[in-house]
Amino acid sequence: MSVPLDETAQLVVNGLVAGTMLAVPAIGFTAIYAVLRFPNFSLASHITIGAFAGYVANAAGGWPAWAAVAAAFVVAGAAGVVNDHVVLRPLRPAGALTAAIGAVALTIVLENVVRFVFGNDLRGYDLPIRRDWQLGAIRVGPQQVENLVIAVVAMAAVFAFLAFTRTGKAMRAVADDPVLAGLKGIDAERVARLTNFGAMGLAGIGGVLLGLDTTIDPLTGFRVILSVFAAAVVGGLGSIPGAVVGALTIGVAEELSLLSLAPSYRTAVGFVAILLVLTLRPRGLLGERAY
Amino acid sequence: MDNYLVAMAVFACLYALLALGLNLVWGMAGMINLGLVGFFGLGAYASALATRRGGVPIVGGLVLALALTGVAGAVMAMITARLRGDYLAIITLGFSEVVRLVASNEIWLTNGTDGISGIPGPWRGRVTPETFNLIFLGVAALVVMLVLAVMQRVRHSPYGRVLRAIRDDDQVAAVAGKHVLRFKVEAFAVSAGVLGVAGALWGHYTSFIAPDVFVPLLTIYVVLALTAGGTGNNWGAVLGAFLVVFFMEGTRFATGWLPGLKAVQVAAVREGLIGISLLIVLRLRPSGLLPERLPRVAS
Repeated sequence: MSVPLDETAQLVVNGLVAGTMLAVPAIGFTAIYAVLRFPNFSLASHITIGAFAGYVANAAGGWPAWAAVAAAFVVAGAAGVVNDHVVLRPLRPAGALTAAIGAVALTIVLENVVRFVFGNDLRGYDLPIRRDWQLGAIRVGPQQVENLVIAVVAMAAVFAFLAFTRTGKAMRAVADDPVLAGLKGIDAERVARLTNFGAMGLAGIGGVLLGLDTTIDPLTGFRVILSVFAAAVVGGLGSIPGAVVGALTIGVAEELSLLSLAPSYRTAVGFVAILLVLTLRPRGLLGERAY
Repeated sequence: MDNYLVAMAVFACLYALLALGLNLVWGMAGMINLGLVGFFGLGAYASALATRRGGVPIVGGLVLALALTGVAGAVMAMITARLRGDYLAIITLGFSEVVRLVASNEIWLTNGTDGISGIPGPWRGRVTPETFNLIFLGVAALVVMLVLAVMQRVRHSPYGRVLRAIRDDDQVAAVAGKHVLRFKVEAFAVSAGVLGVAGALWGHYTSFIAPDVFVPLLTIYVVLALTAGGTGNNWGAVLGAFLVVFFMEGTRFATGWLPGLKAVQVAAVREGLIGISLLIVLRLRPSGLLPERLPRVAS
């Protein structure tokens, strides 16, 4: 079977855009893992919360996309801090797996809170309809470009924060070695709260990006969570640059799978990627420890 | 009303099987399975297709479900056995989503989201629905007793002791010369097999399965059943399953009294309550109603 080169190039471009959008919540997932050392599955519902916060700001409040992104970041981040403080933090002493179970239960609860308020209907953001741009053989939508810019700005902010601010350095120190960080007088509780705020805020931005791209409903977050896990595991659980590399890999792989698989199987690609990586290189592309 | 109670008892038995299966890995060996609904679904589809399309007798369908889910569980345990437990959590959660994806999309095989109807049940159609219900309750109770007996045997045997050692500290178990990897894979495979049989029975009882039966919420039901009953305690698993079924049915009546709510809101309240209950139990009584008591070792 020969595949036209243009089609492949188009899929790679789409995949890179989708991967960049996926990287935003994947950074959140991996950051929480690095600092709090448990897989926080409730990221799924915080994606949904962000998507709906952005929807209310945009469709009901008439705010432009960038303002909806900011609203989603704050709302999902605040929800993340409260939920962690009230629900998950008390479970963590019982072990990472108990906290993981609690996170799944929390996701179900939050998803149903959204369902209670908004119902099960599909909702779309209020966006102008624009014609795609044609660059040679490749088509690009203005919304795709806007989403790409939002995602890149969000990621640049994360990297700048971690590299240049005192708090960012404290966060990396806790991720590296909590005991040593404690000896240096870093307040682990405060770092945990900040991590939750930032990570769930990023999940919220991820939700808005999904809303700008398609439609949203209470299961929006759950539907992408497999791709988010895959991005984090492929890149190396706990590594933030890894999450970006992993997300781009998964994004492109999901799009390229369209050459031979039905579109509905796109998310299964993530699962296959997880199986492959754990079999061949469990620490992922850029991760350090998996044992 | 009698019929309703019998039906609830059958569902409670099926949940008890799921909780017993989960107890073997999570309660005894300390391995997590957040995608048990995936194994449940795989077993249900395997048995339903074999009996409905392949003309295999129901017992054959159950054996097929057991074997298929056992192999799937073994593969997943093998891939993650050396890694931290978090990876097993991710991989099982992912697996359950993939099972649902395949069930929804391979229409030639599974009839997609329309589901498979007309799955045969023992003596269904030849006896009255009431008698069928009673027969199935007998079958389900028999399977629960069988699995419970086997699990109790495992718990009190040296094998179960090794599993608990692995749960508490797998390095110590390895130092003591136990082949940790083998124990983990075996326990996970057997547990997955039990989940698969529960799924197969579900299909033969309700005569209809569809992808939206196998949602993550069901995993939460079972985890709630085991945690409330007593993680590590087989009797606790059974007790918890019955409690959860009656609790769920109770919320059905309780939410009926809530005025002015739309159907979707009532459903949201009920699902939310399940999640909240699990969080409350995990927080306030993580050892459950019947806490695990370690079997006495003869000295």
